[in-house]
Amino acid sequence: MKEKSHVDDIDRSVYDIRDEEHDAYRIEAGLTPEIVDKISKEKNDPEWMHEFRLKSLEIYNDMKIPDWGPSIEGLDMEHIATYVRPNTKMQGDWKDVPQDIKDTFERLGIPQAERKSLAGVGAQYDSELVYHNVKDEVAAQGVIYTDMESALKGEYADMVHEYFMKLVTPRDHKFAALHGAVWSGGSFVYVPKGVDVSIPLQSYFRLNAKGAGQFEHTLIIVDEGASLHFIEGCSAPKYNVANLHAGCVELFVKKDAKLRYSTIENWSKNMYNLNTKRALVEEGGTIEWVSGSFGSHVSYLYPMSILKGRGSKMEFTGVTFAGEGQNLDTGAKVIHAAPDTSSYMNTRSISKSGGISTFRSSVVVQKNASNAKSAVSCQSLMLDSESRSDTIPAMDIRTKDAAVGHEAKIGSISDDAVFYLMSRGMSEEDARALIVSGFADNVSKELPLEYAVEMNNLIRLEMKGSIG
Amino acid sequence: MAGKSLLEVKNLHVNIEDKEILHGVNLTIGEDETHVLMGPNGTGKSTLGYAITGNPRYSVSEGQIIFNGEDITNMPVNERAKKGIFLSFQNPLEVPGVTLSAFIRSALEQKTGKRVRLWDYKKKLAQTMELLSMDESYAERDLNVGFSGGEKKKAEILQMLMLEPSLAILDETDSGLDVDAVRTVSKGISIYKEQCKGSLLIITHSTRILESLHVDVTHVMEEGKIAREGDASLVDEINENGFEDIKA
Repeated sequence: MKEKSHVDDIDRSVYDIRDEEHDAYRIEAGLTPEIVDKISKEKNDPEWMHEFRLKSLEIYNDMKIPDWGPSIEGLDMEHIATYVRPNTKMQGDWKDVPQDIKDTFERLGIPQAERKSLAGVGAQYDSELVYHNVKDEVAAQGVIYTDMESALKGEYADMVHEYFMKLVTPRDHKFAALHGAVWSGGSFVYVPKGVDVSIPLQSYFRLNAKGAGQFEHTLIIVDEGASLHFIEGCSAPKYNVANLHAGCVELFVKKDAKLRYSTIENWSKNMYNLNTKRALVEEGGTIEWVSGSFGSHVSYLYPMSILKGRGSKMEFTGVTFAGEGQNLDTGAKVIHAAPDTSSYMNTRSISKSGGISTFRSSVVVQKNASNAKSAVSCQSLMLDSESRSDTIPAMDIRTKDAAVGHEAKIGSISDDAVFYLMSRGMSEEDARALIVSGFADNVSKELPLEYAVEMNNLIRLEMKGSIG
Repeated sequence: MAGKSLLEVKNLHVNIEDKEILHGVNLTIGEDETHVLMGPNGTGKSTLGYAITGNPRYSVSEGQIIFNGEDITNMPVNERAKKGIFLSFQNPLEVPGVTLSAFIRSALEQKTGKRVRLWDYKKKLAQTMELLSMDESYAERDLNVGFSGGEKKKAEILQMLMLEPSLAILDETDSGLDVDAVRTVSKGISIYKEQCKGSLLIITHSTRILESLHVDVTHVMEEGKIAREGDASLVDEINENGFEDIKA
């Protein structure tokens, strides 16, 4: 989102600037049926959604906190405000967005990126979208890109009802249930049959409020033979209390359709990022995930692809960078549920200054999925001896003819490469940052230029001061 | 040998880990001079190149390295590079994530402390690549990634010509190259001498690379010391007799 010429000027403070909170409405912290009622009323939900929320809360209360991953003890729901409405309505023109909020998105480069290279933008601030716009020519193709609230009530209400949390149900895990109870904001996208959206759509999620949660819901349906690239960006300023992000992404890729879902996630380091993403892919369809995880204190993030139709495909390209005080548990899952399906995961994880990076992969090939192909490649780079990197692959193969491969490599930065770069005048810090960027180029090569630059800036930022 | 002295290596002892490789090397290179460093394998020629360049794995236990009158013995690698010392690597490393073009430009900016104008830079880069018979597509490829041995060496010479160092150390730049590539590399070296008037320390086994060059001094290294020095004729002598009986 920064232009190339700005590479040298990057500064973490861009993300850390907190706006003063002028919320129109902030719900009291904690989680009770009364609070859920209030959110539902505040949002003017249809009745089915109101019931869905209350049911989800019951499920939430019945379920256990996951005990197999990083600790989330620091997260106390009693102190999280689940709904914070910014002091504005959603606008279709940046001019109408309140100045302080607009300034925030300007600093993050969103309006600039929209003008240059996006087909549409949604910008969420705390619990609600403050801006949503889609280019006329894209709208003319019949593409629907709107906020979830409007979708829930408008022309596509039935479609939303049909798909909402059917792929990720509240029973999936505790935080999916939480999401079902208190979700707010997010985007709805529908690409009609055969429509190729040639430039990306983007939603950006900014959590400004202290001690709050963000629970946006993204629902994308790419109809038969259509294609779309959707980009999701997230950030938040740093506070010394816990913030929570428990979003949910449901992607429906129909017959012969193609969806690329790219994420650059840069939450601040007080964030618990417990996000759930899933795609259902029909015959001949393709889902491509491109994922950069940089921020947060703790992350649990494993996008899942269900290859339901014959010949459907998934590709997952990811990088995770865990620095000081971060425990990032990421990965990807795939279920081969039809013949001739294929999956490919190519991930890199980097850990530094005591950061913990864990990569989990899960490959399931069901009995009916003959001639399935799957390859998983995970490389880890540890920048010092106090950091940690784990790879946990799981495979459950129920056919005899599956071609399944897995490779994992762990390494450190080569001193010879640092010497080589320094022998041309580069500082040690820059040399190491360059090598780390190069290590993560599986992801940056898949991103549009502006985002690749942004990602390399984040890496440089993380590498700052890393020379002892 | 009339030139002012550019590099003085005085009684240099160099260790790698706990093992001493160089046992008191003395060597002086004047401005605009071409020196050749020969000697059997494993005698410390590359070690001397690394020590002058400042590879932290090679520690100096005794002695000094003076460059342009300044003691650089403890100076970090990148600072030495900015002062004009260049090493053409025997095995250039592959660095994904930065293109050859972007890398040289950033090195130039590090060296001059100024922004390099893209237009002028691209033009000069293209011209220089043409001189070295390098396909221009290499400029936009990741640094050395997937380059053949010959292209890697050409890319080193390209960096030398673009960065215009006052001292270039060529560590077996000619080894493993076919006749045409050696000719191209030699041409690059001649251009460097003409355009930059820099000094050269050429570490080599063969004489092919030296054919079109005027050699001022030949040093022969044996077991971590300079065993013999002479003029260009020493190269011919070694060619005929090998390294036997080189100790004068």
